[in-house]
Amino acid sequence: MAVAGKRIVFFTTLVLLWQGIVLLGIWPESMIPSPLSVANEIYAGFKDMTLIWDIVASFRHLLIGFAFSLIIGTLLGVMLAKVKALDETLGSMILALQSVPSIVWVPLAIIWFGFGEASIIFVVIIGGTFVMTMNMRIGIKNVPPLYLNAARTMGSKGLDLFLKVVVPAAIPHAVTGVKLSWAFSWRALMAAELLSSGPGLGYTLAYASDFNNMSLVIGIIIIIGTIGAIVDQVIFQRIENNVLKRWGLDERNP
Amino acid sequence: MYLKINNVSKTFHNEKDQALTVFQDIDLDINEGEFVSLLGPSGCGKSTLLSIIAGLAQPSSGSIFLENAEVKGPGPDKSMVFQEAALFPWLTVSENIRFPLRKSLNKKDQQDVAADYLQMVHLSNFANHYPHELSGGMQQRVSIARALAMDAKLLLMDEPFGALDEQTRTVLQDELEKIWLSAKKTIIFVTHSIRESIKLADRIIIMGARPGTIISDIKVDLPRPRLQKDMADLEEELLTILKGEIQKVMKEELRYGGSR
Repeated sequence: MAVAGKRIVFFTTLVLLWQGIVLLGIWPESMIPSPLSVANEIYAGFKDMTLIWDIVASFRHLLIGFAFSLIIGTLLGVMLAKVKALDETLGSMILALQSVPSIVWVPLAIIWFGFGEASIIFVVIIGGTFVMTMNMRIGIKNVPPLYLNAARTMGSKGLDLFLKVVVPAAIPHAVTGVKLSWAFSWRALMAAELLSSGPGLGYTLAYASDFNNMSLVIGIIIIIGTIGAIVDQVIFQRIENNVLKRWGLDERNP
Repeated sequence: MYLKINNVSKTFHNEKDQALTVFQDIDLDINEGEFVSLLGPSGCGKSTLLSIIAGLAQPSSGSIFLENAEVKGPGPDKSMVFQEAALFPWLTVSENIRFPLRKSLNKKDQQDVAADYLQMVHLSNFANHYPHELSGGMQQRVSIARALAMDAKLLLMDEPFGALDEQTRTVLQDELEKIWLSAKKTIIFVTHSIRESIKLADRIIIMGARPGTIISDIKVDLPRPRLQKDMADLEEELLTILKGEIQKVMKEELRYGGSR
């Protein structure tokens, strides 16, 4: 609870500081809007449901794309870990693709799929897949030989060895992959929606920016950050901690 | 002969393709129900030999027969206890013991067998715990229970108590001795501890190093449980045999270190 207290103090100070800067009047409100007008915009957006629909639309894009990312990423990762020739060829390409920022795919997606949801989902899939692939690959490659040897002396081999030993042993890496894949997908989603024809949080952000509504721009940035942090901390961090603890890998609090 | 090790050699090749012979022409016959200890300095290849018996590694030449059938790979007829407990962290203690039983027994029997062996190693209260919640000694007891529950023809133990503290080791040695006396398994036990060998084994095979060979095959006829004072003479004798080997290894390591 001490942490919660510290955070309340921190964010209150931050907002007061922000308000103070606005009151100094160095920059016009169209560049730095006051915290109150940002809060008003968020409130209005929720009240007339536009922001709710944006969030729902964004989550729909995200969940569809994220699900594909996990499935494709897992399959690719298993294949890279198991087939050496693939790892040496396709693996190096995926490593390169992983370092390409998702926004780079947006122009291509628009040409291929138009301005609609398919483009957004495509970019989200590209954004989330490769990090999942690389984590899954490492998870499967790094299964301790001791587990494999022990399982073999207990008569486990082939598919049974893979499903009952290799896959569970790879779970900690897979969970990290899922968490990172979520973070990458979320970023890719915003990049793709900025150039889409809506609805979606990114679209509304671009729209607000076109109309010089800086209060709404900042409001949406806050919403994006808040959702991202909540999902990461409340869902994925918790799952990851539980897995690490169960797998005996949590060295900080044994 | 129950287990026949026939002219087995093992050679490794390093990156420069130089051959390193770990051991040569090992011939060994082991009877059913015997508790045999493989004793030797580090680097003599005793763990490698055990892996080959388990089927986890292939010999460079020679062959191994278990009940007249050649050992071609690992399998549930040869259970193994490793230096580390090798339990699966995602399974509970009881599930770990049931792992090798999945194919051969139904659910009910699996549970009964697991419960029996957990009781044997005094861990009945920990059946539903996860391995990380247990101490190192408890984990190793679970892995011994798991190996015993398989009811294999051969129980292979690779320095199973090497990573434990002195007190835990003594307790587990006593437990293993009791279990062996009641179950009469054929056990091959790798160790570098002279005292552990004498305390547990019927027969001690001493391996020398560079390349590894069997230099002594000693029967231990002391009454069980073995007392420190009865063991002293034999301990002295084995130490004399091993001293020469240890010096040989050290000399070679020094020479190797100096040449780099």
